[in-house]
Amino acid sequence: MPRLLADVEVCQGYGNCITGAPDVYDIDDDGKVVLLKVEIAEPDRGRVEEAARSCPVNALTVLD
Amino acid sequence: MASSKVVVIVGSSVAGVRCAQALRSEGFPGRVVLVGEESELPYDKPPLSKQFLAGDWDTDRVSLLTAERAVELDVELRLGVAAQRLDVAGRRVYLADGLALDWDAVVLATGAAARPSPWPAISGVHVIRTLSDARALRADLDADAQVVVVGGGFIGAEVAATASALGRKVTVVDPLRTPIGRVVGTSVGEYFTSLHHRHGVRTRFGVGVTSVSGTAGNLIVALSDGAELSAGTVVVGIGARPNDGWLIGSGLLVENGVTCDEYCRSVDAPDVYAIGDLARWFRPGLDQHVRVEHWTNAVETAVVAAHNIAHPDDLRAHAPVEYVWSDQYDWKVQIVGRPAMSTRHELIGSWDGASARGAAVYSDDSGQLRGVVTVNWPKALVVGRRLMSTGETFDEAMAQLGALPSAGTR
Repeated sequence: MPRLLADVEVCQGYGNCITGAPDVYDIDDDGKVVLLKVEIAEPDRGRVEEAARSCPVNALTVLD
Repeated sequence: MASSKVVVIVGSSVAGVRCAQALRSEGFPGRVVLVGEESELPYDKPPLSKQFLAGDWDTDRVSLLTAERAVELDVELRLGVAAQRLDVAGRRVYLADGLALDWDAVVLATGAAARPSPWPAISGVHVIRTLSDARALRADLDADAQVVVVGGGFIGAEVAATASALGRKVTVVDPLRTPIGRVVGTSVGEYFTSLHHRHGVRTRFGVGVTSVSGTAGNLIVALSDGAELSAGTVVVGIGARPNDGWLIGSGLLVENGVTCDEYCRSVDAPDVYAIGDLARWFRPGLDQHVRVEHWTNAVETAVVAAHNIAHPDDLRAHAPVEYVWSDQYDWKVQIVGRPAMSTRHELIGSWDGASARGAAVYSDDSGQLRGVVTVNWPKALVVGRRLMSTGETFDEAMAQLGALPSAGTR
């Protein structure tokens, strides 16, 4: 199953990932990304990849 | 679409690159060719006025797509060659090197160019749009000389903040009394003027520029009130215009961008898509054609076009909640919706100086939420985006944002 990584040091709280995949990404009170899941089902991969690529600072990764 | 189909994407900035990537994520099996006028590998533009200009990020950090990654994605890069002409009926795009590419679908993503300086000066006058623009400006900012920024919008403010952080004395000139007010309203816009002043950057707002003359290191900026500012470097940030000239004569409707339907398809040809700054698409909800020059809109339109090419039986409309950010000095500014369409607003939290952490919440006369502007408060922005996407009222937005644990503190 694809695994998710998030780099909270890089995250700037732009929030695009949450618009793209609100079931996977959220934000904490300090404005940093929170992973709601660490693995996703294969059929969700495309949608989550697109959400990850909407990050302006490349803080998000979808691993095989 | 069958695996023998060909998609040609014209434009190698963020919209074009994200579209190529999204075609693969959407399962498009055919050939994907990405054409770019610049010979640089695709790079991202927002850092050019900020981290890249400051010298904090290098070229690798602004990369959008490496050659290796393009190979992995099976995306053919044709960089350093401009598209010259689109033959819609013949399904072919002609390139400046004399070659042509046939396509089953074409994605137009040639973006927008910085509006050039209207004042003839021999050197030292910059715009900032491309990587080479940013490199040239950075070289001149290394000189210990005063900087005049013409244009007090987001780009101008970001460049002023960067130049100021590099130790330059900066003056920002704009004919509007409150330049950012065009986006956030006059009274909220005043806070952005104060932001310049708090960092020692002078403003000459409400005053036009009549001429810029001289050479790098020795420029004179003449203002409409008769004053003259001397500068070593001048940066002109007076907006952008779509790169649509090459499409004149294509038969497509081109009016301040390529006119598209709600699916990002040209109104004249359903296999011709336009995305990013170039697209003037029919915006559901507003029921009018709009063109938006925001990074997030470029990415979203790229995904919509890719989805619609890969899944023509499941067309997706582009009905976004507009979102843009700007990093100026010690403020992270985030804007959702269309505050300019509001008739009133209220402030939450603190808008005071370096410790600012606040939101401005905008309403129209009917009580509908029209937008949220946040400063140093991403959580409120995310909540505001959700509220906008579900069409909440102003009162509901005030209640939810006011209830956030971090409201008013930092």
